[in-house]
Parts: sequence; C-alpha cells; structure tokens
Amino acid sequence: MNLEELRKLKEKAQADLKVRAESAKIKIIVGMGTCGIAAGARPVMQAFLEEVERRNLKDVLITQSGCKGICAMEPVVDVEIEGEKSITYGYMTPEKAKKVIAEHIVNGTPVSEYIVSTQG
Amino acid sequence: MEELSLHILDIAENSIKANASFVTIEIIEDIDTDKMEIEITDNGFGMSDKMIEKALSPFFSTRTTRKIGLGLPLFKDTVEACEGSIKLTSEINRGTKVYASLRHSHIDRPPLGEIADTILMLVISYPDRDFLYRHKKGNREFTFDTREIKEILGTEVSINHPEVRSWLLETLKSGEKELN
Ligand SMILES: Nc1ncnc2c1ncn2[C@@H]1O[C@H](COP(=O)(O)OP(=O)(O)O)[C@@H](O)[C@H]1O
Ligand SMILES: [Mg+2]
Repeated sequence: MNLEELRKLKEKAQADLKVRAESAKIKIIVGMGTCGIAAGARPVMQAFLEEVERRNLKDVLITQSGCKGICAMEPVVDVEIEGEKSITYGYMTPEKAKKVIAEHIVNGTPVSEYIVSTQG
Repeated sequence: MEELSLHILDIAENSIKANASFVTIEIIEDIDTDKMEIEITDNGFGMSDKMIEKALSPFFSTRTTRKIGLGLPLFKDTVEACEGSIKLTSEINRGTKVYASLRHSHIDRPPLGEIADTILMLVISYPDRDFLYRHKKGNREFTFDTREIKEILGTEVSINHPEVRSWLLETLKSGEKELN
C-alpha cells in the first residue's frame, strides 16, 4: 500500500472532506443479499460509484443493505432523497444505474419505467 | 455465482449481519499443490452448534424477510463441485470462521473474479468496521488492512470519501496485479 500517497491525499482534500461525511442529502442503497449479489448487484453499485465520481456529485452517499425479500426483482436499489418519497428500482443493471443518476439524481425526475415501488 | 469473489462478498455480508467489527478475508493459491483456500473469519456474535449444522443445508435462515438461507449452501455447492470441502466453525459471542479448500485447476472452479471490487464495496459500505484482506499466490503476498488506512485518515476523513475511494481501488487493483 502506498500510504505516503494517502497521507498527501488526506491533507489536500481535508476541508472538503469534512462537509461530506455527515450530511449526505441523497442516499443510494443497493441490496446486497445473496440473490442481489447473484443477480449482479456488485457491478450495479460499482456503476453508481463511478457515475457519481465522474460527475463529481456532492451530497450523494452510496451504500448497501441486506436482503429485503423481493428477490425476484433483484438487483434492487433504493433512492432516498431528503424530503421526498423513497423510490425502489428493480431489475437494475450498470446501464440503468447511469440513467438513474442522470435523470433522477441530477435532473430530479425518477425513471418511472424502472420503479418497482414507492414508499413514505 | 459467476465468481468466487461474489461468494466472498456474500459470506462477508453474514459477518456484518453478525455485528462483527473486524473481518478477515484470506485467499491462498498454491499451484504446486493445486489448492485454493478461502477463509473468512469474523468476531461477530457467532452461532450455536445446532445452527452451524443447519447453516450448510439450504432453507435455513434466521432472517424474517425470507425463510430460506442461501449463501452458505450455495458456496458449499460451488466448493464441493470442485473436489473441495467447506468447514464452518463458530463460537457464540466470539466469532465465526468459514474455511473452504478446493482444487485450483478444477474445470468447474469459477474464477476468483473482481476481488478488488468485493473488498472495496465492503470497506466503503461499512466504514465503521475493519477489514483485513490477504491474498497469497505462490510466494507472493498482498495485504490490505483498513486499520492501517484509518490510522492515517484519522477521525476527520472517512474511508468512504470519493477521493479516498479512488486510492483504495487503485491500491487493491495494483496489489492484485502484482501477484501475477
Ligand atoms: N458469520 C456468521 N455469524 C453468525 N451467524 C451466521 C454467520 N453466517 C451465517 N450465519 C447464520 O446462518 C444463517 C444462514 O446464512 P446464509 O446461508 O448466508 O443465509 P442468509 O444470510 O440469507 O440468512 C444466517 O441467517 C445466520 O443466522
Ligand atoms: Mg447470507
């Protein structure tokens, strides 16, 4: 491990880092139960990470949850935006993940054709 | 599962659910003896002997969302299809170890696959847990320890920050590459 590089990286971005850790207004939660993993949840999460990074989106936390019992629709992804209903997308792929970032996260319009349920 | 690294991700998720604060993932590949070993150890709440027995057969789970467990039996199937065996040891309130040994050259053995992605997903999804990853291949060895990383980052900087994430992925990918 190149820990020297990590040290530099820490110093460089420290101010920005503080803001980010606590207050993510948008959460993207990928279901990582056995069925989710088998159906391709890992590359889906990878795609979300890459897309958020590429567009340099702040305030977005990408994380995972266990099985929610809707295995038939895996990979499943929840999008939770502060003050809005949370939305569950099903049958996700890396391609669909990119579209969700572009339309839902960036433009604020959920991608209705991928939605499997809405809560809250 | 198409990759062993996906099984590893799934098995490690069990450790997280068992409230483990420290998870060790070790892979040893030895071409000379034609053996591949995978060991996932945690310090979670463990399992009773009865549960250990049941856990390797399908349809057992303590989850309430779906009544059947899949992860361990699925891994067992994969391992046994490669002339391998799996061993589950656990102690209540001390932790659990899943050990698998399989024939490296077996035609049905799935590739290890993107193990860097598996480790990254775990590390950034559970920033409050620690992970030790070790991969030995012949006489080469790669070790990745989040405790070391967090010591440098301190309390101000989270390990799941995007800038750190790029470094993590880079580190994992290049560490894996150097084993070949
Ligand atoms: N590392 C672990 N620590 C404690 N309990 C575990 C661990 N791994 C598995 N178990 C127990 O075995 C059960 C079956 O595991 P698994 O086959 O992965 O199915 P699932 O995770 O879907 O329940 C789990 O529900 C849990 O009760
Ligand atoms: Mg499991």
